[in-house]
Amino acid sequence: MSVAPLLDTPTPAPAAAATRRRSRRRPGAWKPYLYILPAVAFSVTFLIVPTVQTGWYSLFDWNGLSAATWVGFENYLDLLRDEDLRSSFAHVGTLVVFYSFVPIAIALLLTMVISRANALRGMSFFRTVLFLPQVIASVVVATTWLSIYSPNGLLNTLLRAVGLDGATRVWLGDTSSALIAVGLIGTWLNMGLCLVLFLSGVGNVQPELFEAARLDGANGLQEFFGITLPALRGQITVALTLTVVSALKTFDLVYVTTRGGPGNATSVPAFEAYSRAFVSGQVGSAASVAVALTIVILLVTALISRMQPKEAS
Amino acid sequence: MRISLREKALSYLVLTLFAAVVIVPLLGVLITSVTPSGGGSGFAIPDTVALQNFAEAWERGHFSTYMLSSILVTVAVVALSTVLSVLAGFAFARLRFAGSKVIFFVLLAGLLLPAEAFIIPLYFNLRSVHVTDSYWALILPQTAQSLAFGIFWMRNQFLSFPGEVIEAARIDGATDLRTLWQVIVPPSIPAIMTMCLLITMWTWNEFLMPLVMVTRDELRTAPLGLAFFQGQHLTDYSLLAAAGVIVALPIVVLYFFLQRQFISGMLNGISNR
Repeated sequence: MSVAPLLDTPTPAPAAAATRRRSRRRPGAWKPYLYILPAVAFSVTFLIVPTVQTGWYSLFDWNGLSAATWVGFENYLDLLRDEDLRSSFAHVGTLVVFYSFVPIAIALLLTMVISRANALRGMSFFRTVLFLPQVIASVVVATTWLSIYSPNGLLNTLLRAVGLDGATRVWLGDTSSALIAVGLIGTWLNMGLCLVLFLSGVGNVQPELFEAARLDGANGLQEFFGITLPALRGQITVALTLTVVSALKTFDLVYVTTRGGPGNATSVPAFEAYSRAFVSGQVGSAASVAVALTIVILLVTALISRMQPKEAS
Repeated sequence: MRISLREKALSYLVLTLFAAVVIVPLLGVLITSVTPSGGGSGFAIPDTVALQNFAEAWERGHFSTYMLSSILVTVAVVALSTVLSVLAGFAFARLRFAGSKVIFFVLLAGLLLPAEAFIIPLYFNLRSVHVTDSYWALILPQTAQSLAFGIFWMRNQFLSFPGEVIEAARIDGATDLRTLWQVIVPPSIPAIMTMCLLITMWTWNEFLMPLVMVTRDELRTAPLGLAFFQGQHLTDYSLLAAAGVIVALPIVVLYFFLQRQFISGMLNGISNR
């Protein structure tokens, strides 16, 4: 799923009140369970049980066909020892920078310059365009960028046009540039989302605040750090969660553009988990990668959600 | 609020530049897709518009089969998850039962778990009951994935529903189920539609699940088909671009007509959690 939630869920009052008023034993008290039964059955069968199994699988050496051998925490030790696995986690760290920090920084910078653009005529047009990459299938995005990065693609053509022939290269085929090239796709994907989020956040700020600041002679920078940035804490948290998690989960883009190559220059945990489980028959090892990745995602989500301002909504 | 002319001009300039950065790669695909095959990928405006690329990609890439699979899977997932989310969301928002909070939080786990957390055993489980390589292997797990969001979304919607109306219906002797379908659901249709849109988009665009679950060509969904097509036509960027347009078009068209629901749904769905 392409969105990631924040950990703490505001529990609106009615539900809390409902649980406090212990239901009196009455005929038909079992009926509510009928409403949730199908959903619970789906969730348990297809998500929860398999998730627990992943933990179990990770303790075995199994090729997916013959009998599995118990290896205890050996697969987890491999996460630390195996160069390929270690570097896949390092790569995803780089991707977080490009998927998350860079777009958020760019969007904040632009929000500073155009803090009140949300009120402009035509904003809904810009919003539609900026948000567009979010609705396009990642496989399509990947093939698009394959062609942009190709030897005679848009990027190299542009570079040649401005006389930078020396800088042209096979972006996705070059060990030194492949990971950055994948990362920049993420930057492109997410910066519109961040800008839309931040502008809508500033749009919620009382206009009088800005007026007052102007009257007091505040300059743009003071206005930004005094009003805009604090007002955007919620949006920044959302943007961080979304983009960091999407970076950590990167799979489709890598699968289509590079298959983790050249060498293992762009391999990421999700790709390692997939290829070990379904291509090279190292199911136990794949499961341990999956467990580690899941734990990282849950931890990061929890950490970021602690930044969320605690205004009771 | 007054916005000075200078500020306005600057805002439009920045927005236009930014929008251009987003749109240029996509326009490039559109242009490439009508460039005669073999014309490279320089994004140059072609002399002739080669609409036959679409026909050729459609034909050679088996996209009629893939699109049909995608439509079938998407419709099934949306229908199943909508009905189940409305039922469960209603129970969590409006009915009292022991353990409701705990069960709700367990279901929410589905929102946090990446697909990697469960897809490996899921594949082997389904294979052992001979369900892999079927539409069910795509529909059932994706329904489960969508339910976490759906239940959350519907519960929020139903919590904000005026309680007096529900009480009145109860006093009139309506059963819970009747209250739900006749009193609560009709005014909630816009929220349900937004949920359907988002689930449609996620299901249509999903790549990992079909990649893992199906091997037979006729079961492949459109994004998976595109990935295979790309593997076979590595450097024919015109055909590839045409195929990409075919795969992305249904959701992009929906988006252009209903962009408000998409954007507010995605942003609210996330920030309300």
